Amino acid sequence: MTTTPTRTATPPRALNASRTTATAARVLRQLTHDPRTIALLVLIPCVMLFLLRYVFDGSPRTFDSIGASLLGIFPLITMFLVTSIATLRERTSGTLERLLAMPLGKGDLIAGYALAFGTLAIIQSALATGLAVWFLGLDVTGSPWLLLLVALLDALLGTALGLFVSAFAASEFQAVQFMPAVIFPQLLLCGLFTPRDAMHPALEAISDVLPMSYAVDGMNEVLHHTDMTATFVRDVLIVAGCALLVLTLGAATLRRRTA
Amino acid sequence: MMNNAPGSPRPGPAPTPGPLPDPHTTAVHAENLTVTRGPRTVLRDLGFTVPRGQITGLLGPSGCGKSTLMRALVGTQAKVTGTLTVLGHPAGHPTLRTRIGYVTQSPSVYDDLTVRQNLDYFAAILDPGRPAADRRDDHVTRAIADVDLTTHADSLAGNLSGGQRNRVSLAVALLGAPELLVLDEPTVGLDPVLRRDLWNLFHDLATDRGTTLLVSSHVMDEAERCHRLLLMREGRLLADDTPDALRTRTGAATVQEAFLHLVDEATAAARTKETTR
Repeated sequence: MTTTPTRTATPPRALNASRTTATAARVLRQLTHDPRTIALLVLIPCVMLFLLRYVFDGSPRTFDSIGASLLGIFPLITMFLVTSIATLRERTSGTLERLLAMPLGKGDLIAGYALAFGTLAIIQSALATGLAVWFLGLDVTGSPWLLLLVALLDALLGTALGLFVSAFAASEFQAVQFMPAVIFPQLLLCGLFTPRDAMHPALEAISDVLPMSYAVDGMNEVLHHTDMTATFVRDVLIVAGCALLVLTLGAATLRRRTA
Repeated sequence: MMNNAPGSPRPGPAPTPGPLPDPHTTAVHAENLTVTRGPRTVLRDLGFTVPRGQITGLLGPSGCGKSTLMRALVGTQAKVTGTLTVLGHPAGHPTLRTRIGYVTQSPSVYDDLTVRQNLDYFAAILDPGRPAADRRDDHVTRAIADVDLTTHADSLAGNLSGGQRNRVSLAVALLGAPELLVLDEPTVGLDPVLRRDLWNLFHDLATDRGTTLLVSSHVMDEAERCHRLLLMREGRLLADDTPDALRTRTGAATVQEAFLHLVDEATAAARTKETTR
């Protein structure tokens, strides 16, 4: 039998590009074996927008406002669900323990997931935005590219939240229950149903600290202004900052040593 | 420790803490190793040495702490106290992560990837980068051949039988020829032919590649195939010896009988202690 070179020891670094992309490629490869999930991820937002367009057939202004908000909310919800289940599976199947016993950094794993689901979110948002703007007559004053940017950040925020809550879920049943627990309050308070400044001051204060409020604000800024406004930049930075913060918290929930 | 039966000559490591053993001949060395989980003490004051290039069997009934000991070795177990040196480093040291192959009891592979895709991914984690792609391919192909899954390389892991998925998990651990293989019940659910083939593979790994193997099992007949044995019960070490020495010392015909003999002895000793108190 031939002798083999022993495993090469690489010094541990914060983020290893090869390991991160390998992880992202693996996550996407898992999804390619599950075409139904991909179809659902990509098609449901389109179908919902289509439905919304004809629900508000008589009032195109309402469709503009709700439609733009939904373009930001869909990626957040779907990526939240997909990530929380995917990482929960990773925890329960023992693959997480195996990976953390290998020279994989926690950052590599999280960045890999963010990269994979970010890619998926770009496809999902591009299709939904394209459909809304070009076929359903969503009236956007600003650039549709900015809509896409906010949608992508929302997806990252969803991935981050999903990763974080999966640490507190012992089963898939619990994981899906975190969706209404984490997402619904934000949905109610983000200004989709009532403008935030028209809410009770206490509720408005709560909505001020919820990231989805800024995601929806950002979408509406693009809707009403030709240029990038200061408010838009603030919204984008807040959403991106929240995503990073929660990703870091998520990394802290990945432990190499467990009881 | 309880394995000092009166009157029985007992070769092996001294239970008292001595100088650190030579890392060239010793793969694992433990002293006063204790692991707690909540209020429960899962491993109590273990001391043993696993020599390099040999197969050491870790035997005992289920729930006796075998898996916990293995997790402590690979550095995934929390609340470990005492000394535990693995390949010259404290257990869990980052440089050990590429030098140990670890197979958990239930197969830890991705069910929604094919066998080859599973191995490709783990190989990319162990040996990352584009320049290593060819080497990785070779390693993956050989690991699949080692566990006799070449004909299933492109099947989804989730569609394989339990025994086959176990072997995928084993193949992942073989990637990159680690110096120490920690295998938690690798032969559970396998038919006799496959079990024999795997044990032949383990011996090849030890003899030809100089790999150290720590293999846990609750099937005592597998003990005869090990070079050394660690017998465990209820978080304690009953014996640390070669199968031959164990049988001779206890006057038993098989390791199973030797184990039962040691259990009875330990129970009797505990009872005497209780009554004299």
